Amino acid sequence: MSDDHALNIDRHVRTYITVFVALLCLTVITVAANFMLHLSVAGTITLALVIAAIKGSLVACYFMHLISERKLIYWVLGFTVVTFFGMLLIPILTESDKIHY
Amino acid sequence: MEIEIPYTVHARPDTGLTNGKIGIWLFLASEVMLFGALFATYIILRVGATTWPRGHDILNVPLATFNTTVLISSSVTMVMAWASLMRKQFGKYRLFMGMTILLGGVFLVVKYFEYSHKFEHHLFPSTSTFLAIYFTLTGLHMLHVIGGMVVNAYFWGPGAKLWKTDPVHFAARVEHSGLFWHFVDLVWIFLFPVLYLL
Repeated sequence: MSDDHALNIDRHVRTYITVFVALLCLTVITVAANFMLHLSVAGTITLALVIAAIKGSLVACYFMHLISERKLIYWVLGFTVVTFFGMLLIPILTESDKIHY
Repeated sequence: MEIEIPYTVHARPDTGLTNGKIGIWLFLASEVMLFGALFATYIILRVGATTWPRGHDILNVPLATFNTTVLISSSVTMVMAWASLMRKQFGKYRLFMGMTILLGGVFLVVKYFEYSHKFEHHLFPSTSTFLAIYFTLTGLHMLHVIGGMVVNAYFWGPGAKLWKTDPVHFAARVEHSGLFWHFVDLVWIFLFPVLYLL
């Protein structure tokens, strides 16, 4: 193993530890915010999902190495994300199309 | 005559990726759609319901918080197992992979106690819409945890023989199984607030 390669892995390991600590802190913040901040339902949902999105991004970018992945993977995931949000839109469209008697 | 599967170690010139890497990402994309469909179902049920309970009134938040830290820790040990292989430290790989499997087991034990508690109080999927979607989402997630543990156990045990003959290929396999494990962690990161806190 070359010295450069070893240094590179060491740097990766330090990043993993930092991300781990960040994820733990964000978990505590999620729970604490839910019980200590008395927000409206919409506010609570928004805050919890924003924190979850940050945590998810950290896992995807650093643990799954998405930050340094090839273009083809980004295309696959980009297409998936568009389809995913399209699917989430279905319930919203269904609600707005309700028949009121 | 033995036929060698192409591009397991070296990247394809057109995609710049090994077949295993593109395969696991396509599989994860299909998994996003599977869980996405259930999240969409959750939204339909919640928006359409006249009343919806707050998760923390029915479910055990401290236990779920503990399980969240367990799964996050297992993600770190998984990536450390892969890093150990990159450093050519097979002993450490075994240790970290073993810890990942163990943490997966802890997650399942905690879930078992959570489920048992619900059943003791006669709270079943048929009790309410909330519990129906709770058991469906967490049950499907648990199946993924079990699947990931089986694959990881294989690479910890009999599958590790490949390290002696083809270490690069073995490291690639562990990386792919790690991608699935991180995905399982990622799904829980969203399930936890959606079901337990909102």
